[in-house]
Amino acid sequence: MSKLYKKIFLTVGTTKFDLLCEYILTEPVLTALKSIGCEEITFQIGKSIVDPGIYERHGVKINMYRFKDSISEDIKNADLVISHAGAGTCLEVLEANKPLLVVVNEDLMDNHQLELAEQLQIDSHLYYCTCDTLISTLGVVDFSLLNPFPKADPTLLINYLDSVFTVK
Amino acid sequence: MTGSEFFSSFCVLLILTFLIRMIYLIIVIITGNCTLIRSKPIRTVFCIGSGGHTTELLRFVKNINMKKYQPRMYILADNDASSEVKIRETEIDNNYYLARIPRSRNVKQSYLSSVVSTLYATLYTFPVIYKLKPDIIFCNGPGTCIPVCVVAFLLRCLFLLDCRIVFIESICRVHTLSLTGKILQFFADIMIVQWPNMTETCFRAKYFGRLT
Repeated sequence: MSKLYKKIFLTVGTTKFDLLCEYILTEPVLTALKSIGCEEITFQIGKSIVDPGIYERHGVKINMYRFKDSISEDIKNADLVISHAGAGTCLEVLEANKPLLVVVNEDLMDNHQLELAEQLQIDSHLYYCTCDTLISTLGVVDFSLLNPFPKADPTLLINYLDSVFTVK
Repeated sequence: MTGSEFFSSFCVLLILTFLIRMIYLIIVIITGNCTLIRSKPIRTVFCIGSGGHTTELLRFVKNINMKKYQPRMYILADNDASSEVKIRETEIDNNYYLARIPRSRNVKQSYLSSVVSTLYATLYTFPVIYKLKPDIIFCNGPGTCIPVCVVAFLLRCLFLLDCRIVFIESICRVHTLSLTGKILQFFADIMIVQWPNMTETCFRAKYFGRLT
């Protein structure tokens, strides 16, 4: 495969996702990421147990940090985003029109977030997997097949509310 | 008829009248008659929940007609600091107020103690809502939602307030209503969902596309 996803941004949100943080640094995962073109990883690790800093592992540059006020710059700069199933993050990435792979944190049994990721995969806006299936998923999915995410539009609702609630 | 007999029958009559008013209002709400006509701008309350819910609701606020819906009053939980920052970023002018009420349920709180704390939060909310006198209440999630809406509904039963409740279900709910949604489908004048098939789950729900 040609060098497609050179810069990858990983984000776990405000909580922690120890399993993913440790897993990303292992050789098989980094090899799988390199096979889709990855050279550079920016990793927002939240409260996970790994230490922030800049690393070089198996030929991949990894920059780990805990939090930033806004991750929108990092999303914009990435060719591919790998994120936790948090609704806010998923929607932000899709609105930025970036290919997205969601890794579900099975330690958090927050099912209604999974519900959204599932539906967005059914509608072909993203792919999702767990830590266990990350490598095999990276091997089979084709991010170019994903559908662009339509923009949110509250106009219809606002028009309806304006017709029901009136000021004379 | 003795005095005590008179008093007890008076009480029974009062309770019956209140119950009839309550049933009447629920029927009005469920049959979907929610028009509201005002001569002044609409006093609007936003129930701020937590985290993602706050972001979703404030994105909606950015799109409304600020001249029509004012003053805007935000009710938030007393231990919620981060939402206040987000509200300040959303509101450009200063035509808004903040009111704080106790949180009805904290994360990981047990079922029984959350019943007690919800009751406490509800009692605390009565004077707050009565003073704010909202025409419309917008809410979209947990936290302050239930006490505010229950109080608004009871005050409406007592003819002390004439307001409409708009509940916007989170985009995260694809197949089923949240607990707040399940409760509020009987009190909210307008139920909004963000996935088309949710209109089958909740018979009153309206779908206008994705909002956030």
